[in-house]
This record gives sequence, C-alpha cells and structure tokens, in this order.
Amino acid sequence: MTTARTKSMSAAGSVPKATPSPLFAALSSRRLWLTVLGWTVAGVIFFPIFWMVLTGFKTEAEAVADPSLVFSPTLDSYAEVQSRANYFHFALNSVVVSFGSTLLALLIAIPSAYAMAFLPTKRTKGTLLWMLSTKMLPPVGVLVPIYLLFRDVGLLDTRTGLTIVYTLMNLPIVVWMLYTFFKDLPKDILEAGRMDGAGTLQEVWFLLLPLTLPGIASTGLLAVILSWNEAFWSLNLTSSQAAPLTAYIASFSSPEGLFWAKLSAASTMAIAPILVFGWLTQKQMVRGLTFGAVK
Amino acid sequence: MKLSRAIPLVGLAAAGATAAQAETITVATVNNNDMVIMQSLTDAFEQSHPDISLDWVVLEENVLRQRLTTDIATGGGQFDVMTIGTYEVPIWAERDWLAPLDDLPADYRVDDLLKSVRDGLSDDDGTLHALPFYAESSMLYYRKDLFDDAGIEMPEQPTWEQVRDWAGQLHDPDNETYGICLRGKPGWGENMAFVSTLVNTFGGRWFDMDWQPQIDSPAWQEAIGFYVDLLNDYGPPGASSNGFNENLALFSRGNCAMWVDATSAAGKLYNPDESTVADQLGFAPAPVAKTPKGSHWLWSWALAIPASSDSKDAAREFIAWATSQEYVDLVGEREGWTSVPPGTRVSTYENPNYQEAAPFADFVLNAIQGADPKDSTLEPNPYVGVQFVGIPEFQSIGTQVGQMVASALTGETSVEQALQAAQRATQRTMERAGYFD
Repeated sequence: MTTARTKSMSAAGSVPKATPSPLFAALSSRRLWLTVLGWTVAGVIFFPIFWMVLTGFKTEAEAVADPSLVFSPTLDSYAEVQSRANYFHFALNSVVVSFGSTLLALLIAIPSAYAMAFLPTKRTKGTLLWMLSTKMLPPVGVLVPIYLLFRDVGLLDTRTGLTIVYTLMNLPIVVWMLYTFFKDLPKDILEAGRMDGAGTLQEVWFLLLPLTLPGIASTGLLAVILSWNEAFWSLNLTSSQAAPLTAYIASFSSPEGLFWAKLSAASTMAIAPILVFGWLTQKQMVRGLTFGAVK
Repeated sequence: MKLSRAIPLVGLAAAGATAAQAETITVATVNNNDMVIMQSLTDAFEQSHPDISLDWVVLEENVLRQRLTTDIATGGGQFDVMTIGTYEVPIWAERDWLAPLDDLPADYRVDDLLKSVRDGLSDDDGTLHALPFYAESSMLYYRKDLFDDAGIEMPEQPTWEQVRDWAGQLHDPDNETYGICLRGKPGWGENMAFVSTLVNTFGGRWFDMDWQPQIDSPAWQEAIGFYVDLLNDYGPPGASSNGFNENLALFSRGNCAMWVDATSAAGKLYNPDESTVADQLGFAPAPVAKTPKGSHWLWSWALAIPASSDSKDAAREFIAWATSQEYVDLVGEREGWTSVPPGTRVSTYENPNYQEAAPFADFVLNAIQGADPKDSTLEPNPYVGVQFVGIPEFQSIGTQVGQMVASALTGETSVEQALQAAQRATQRTMERAGYFD
C-alpha cells in the first residue's frame, strides 16, 4: 500500500494534473471489472431469449440461414401462428392454472411451514427432507398411476386436474422456502403477540404474514414461474380444453419442414405475459430472495 | 294439461338435437405440412358435416407418440382420432386398441388405396385399422447442374458404389458443396430409418428367423463401414447431428450434391420459395448394393380411431373424409397440386393436374409400390417393416443402436466396437422380452 502510494505520488509529481487516489482507482477498476462481468453474465443468459425474439420476426428461410442481425422484419410468423391456434385460449389456461396452483400451494404451505418453524418436533427435519425427496423422483415414473387416477375421476384435460398436480409439484419447494423465511423471524415477536392475547390465527394473520410478506411474495412468484414453464404434466394430462401455453409451443415444432421462425414467434408470445409479470414484481422478488440474508 | 306436458318434451327433444349437432371430436396430429393443411380445412369439413365439430391437438412427433401411447394403453379416451404411423398400427391393432374400419362408406373406394400402403395398415384378415393420410418412400435427390458440369449421367438405377465415386468427384468443401448428405442424428425414426435400408440392400437384416439379432454380421459391418467412410469423407461437417430437417435445409440451400431421403421432401425441394435449387433438382431411385430388396423404405401417416373413443361414428366420418379422393381434390384446388397428400391413392397419380404439377410423381409411386414390408431383406426375416421392425421393443432397440452408429460416425468408437455393443444390447432386450432364453 505504501509503495503504491509513493509510486503514485512520484507519478503525480511528474504529471501536473492530480490523478484520482490509487485506492479509488483500484476500487473503480475493480468495480469496472465487476460491472463488465455482471453485464457479460447477464448478456450470456439473455442472449438466447434475444435471439428467439429476433428469429420470430424473420422468415422461415432466414431463420435457418447463417445467423444474421440484418434482415427485414416481418410479422408473417405471428400471423401464421395465430391462424393455426387460438393463443388466448392457451394463455388463459396458463394464467388460471399457474395462479390457482400457487394460491392453493400457499394456503396449504403457510400453516404447515408455520407449524414446522415455530412448533418443531424431533421429526420436523425428517419430514422436510422427505417432502423434498419427492422432487427427486422423475415425474415420468408416476405418469401412468396419475393418468389412471385422473381418468377414473374425470380430471383429464381439466384445469382443476392440472392445478392439483402443479400444487403438489410445487408444494415441497414452497414449504421449504416459507419454512426458511419463518425460521428467520425472531420468536419473541410472536410471543409478544401471544402475551397480548392473540390466538394462533391472529398471530399468523397480524404478525407472521405482514412481517414475512416479501418472502411469501417471492415464494409465490417462484411457484407461478415454475408452473408457467412446466411442460411434462401439461403435455401429458391435457389435450384441448385445458392445454396451457407449453402445449401451444409444442405444437409448432416439427420433424418435417422448417419451423424455427414460427416456434420462436409462439415462444415469444408464450413468455411475454410472465416476462411482464416478472418486470412488474422484480423489486418484490429481489427483496424476497435476499430477505433475511443480512440481519 | 296434456299440452303443457308436451311442451317441455318438445323442448328436451330440441335440446337433444342441438347436443347431437355439436358432437365434438378431438383429433390428435403432428405438425407436418400436410396435417397443417388438413387443420386449415376444418371449415370445409364442418360445412359438409354440420353435426360434427373438430377440436385439434397438434404436437411434435415424439411428444405426440408418447402422449398417444399413454392414452391408448390406459384407455384414457382423450382422443377420437389419432395420427399414427405404419409402425404403431399393427402393434396397436393386435392389442385391440384400435377400432376396426370394416364398414366404410361405399364411395370411399378402398381398392383405390395403394396396395402396399393398405397392407401395412391391415391385419392378416385384410381388415383396415387405420386409413392412410399420406405415404412416403425414400429416393435419391441430386443436383443436375453439378452432375452436368462433371459430365456424370444418372443411370436408371444407381448403385451405392457409383454414389460414392460421384460424391468424391463433386465434394467441394471450400465452396460449401458437399458430396452427399445423409441422416446422422440418432433415433429409430432418424438415422436408423436410413441405415436400415442401407443394411437391407447390403444384404443384412435385423433378426434371423429365430429372432436372434444379426447386427454383428458381415453385412452390417460392411454397410455401416461404408456409411461412416462415405459421410466422413464426402459429407457435411457435423453430419451426426443432421436429421431430415437439417439435411432438407442444407440441400435446399445448395450445400449438397446428393441426398437420399424421404420422397415427401420432393414437394418442398420443388418449391422455389423454399429451395434455391428448385430448377436444378434431379431424382433417381434409392441406390442399391447387393440386392434391391428393402433399399427404400415405406412409411405412411394414418388416421385411426382408438377403441376408447366415445364418438366412433363421427370420427369414422372424419377420417373417411380426410383420406378420400374428394379431400385430395379439395387440397389440389385450394392449395395447389404439389401440396396434395401423396402416396395413398391410385387416382391421385392418374390425375393429370397432379402429373403436371409433380414431375416426381411416377418415381414416388414406383418407390412406394416397390417397397414390400413383408419381404424386405435378402435372407428371410420374421418381421414386418422395411426400415423398422414391427415389434414393440423396436423403438428402444432402434434408438439405442442409432446412438451406437452415431458414435461410430463421430469416430468415438470403431464400427466394429459399435456394432458389437449394439448386438449385445439388442440381444439383452430381446431376451428380456422373452423372444428366446
């Protein structure tokens, strides 16, 4: 540090204009590097989406030709995609199923996470791990039993059926996340409430929920996004009535003939609602994900 | 009193009539061009059949296959019409999963369907279990301009040896023109469709009469060795990831001097909007080596009615319409004659409009008629199918062997090692399935 300073001072001596302090220089160059790194990572992650949006505006021939940024944009693919399938039918199903399943999951998960966080028994850890272990089974392993069950109770190709499956699918993650958020909350606050005569419901409603709202919100957002993007169950359990946007996208890929531009246009339309939703709730999301990180 | 009782009854009857009017059938299909046209003609069908309305489920081929298999095996009843291939029809029909189609309307003209295609969709008694929507075989496409410049004349029936020589002559990687493009992407319906026909014509077969796999036989070694050398010496870079679509794009951009693949590509290659080589397109029968048997494949996409459907009559009306001559004419008038579904009806090939618009028609007809799924190899075999083996186990066997062939193509393993591994894997699968102990 000292040598650096002497060096820079001697340098300052030779150059009339004062240079910024070396500490600042080091810091700003580090910051610069971090900024560059940040943008690079963001660019790499974002590039496929950018390319998809771009491809949606190309013709099919341009889409498979050598990659190029210069082309005359056309809406042909969008027109064709819309003429072949009614986007709004699929989009409505996606919205209903993702938000419905998220609400249902939160309704079940909040009480259970509360119980596990504040009234733990010696089996709580085991229960949590067991819940998570259900996520380790490849879904195709239970496809046939679930399909048979759904067939017998008439839930195939219904939004209700898909909502139930998504709820079950997201429940372990939702419970885990809420459990971590609730655990970070000082127990004293809830105890204080109890001293003032709050019952369990009031305790949850007036203390727990407002205090952990960012965490709950980001958990909910994650569940919505996971349900929105889910493609295995939606393709297998729906056909026409309850098919969400993932099934819509799948209908534009083809083993015969060119389809990249149409597929890109369909995909862009499929991610648009959730992208806008993500932008609007970005603040909540970041706040929730870092919630409790700095105490 | 009597009158007031009658009124609700009339009301009920009317309600019943509207319910019958709105009988909706769910049609599951793939996203291929011909099916997209079928979907776009929904209005025409609903106008001529006001008591039936159509609901479409369009999915990518592999997704659709999995989806349909789940539904039909569990009797889910989610679909009234399924689009399936020559591979599935006999296997599913044997399990009584498909409704037999023995009472078709008289004007349907079953005898107008091409015999080899019809045979592939019927059981031993001749009862159809699916109606052919379009059919294809394989053939050789080549660039006339390059052949003329090099002074090569295409014989009536090229051989694989000739093809190799020509590929060597025309291979010009510096100008991104490659001698030959062939499928390399692993999968039973991708590289193995082509490789099986190559093995057939080199005198090989998948199984002997006792269902013992023959993949390590000299014929396989020779065929796969030939394929790997040909594609590595004169093929495009990264050939192991090229399937039908990739090669179609390469050929239509002018990057391949030759290409052996589905006859259904002809319409696309002839379309100047999609292909830069439309005016230079030449075609010939698929090349042969030791035997012409099984040198070109036979595949058809067909419409079938699952036994679990609740609306079999309406579904039968729809599939009879979509595979009828009337439908072919409708597509010809509305979309142009190159767009009509090929390979199913004799009358299509007798139609002067089609003959004029599709100069490849005779080649395709000959190729389809010349393919015999029941006699596709030099030595006798116990299975039905040219480029596949009509047993349920073949999907997994074909894809596994396809991956091993692809690894030989990339040089990861030697041809010999790949085929030995493929032989062992197939033997295990067949043993487990109970074909032998």
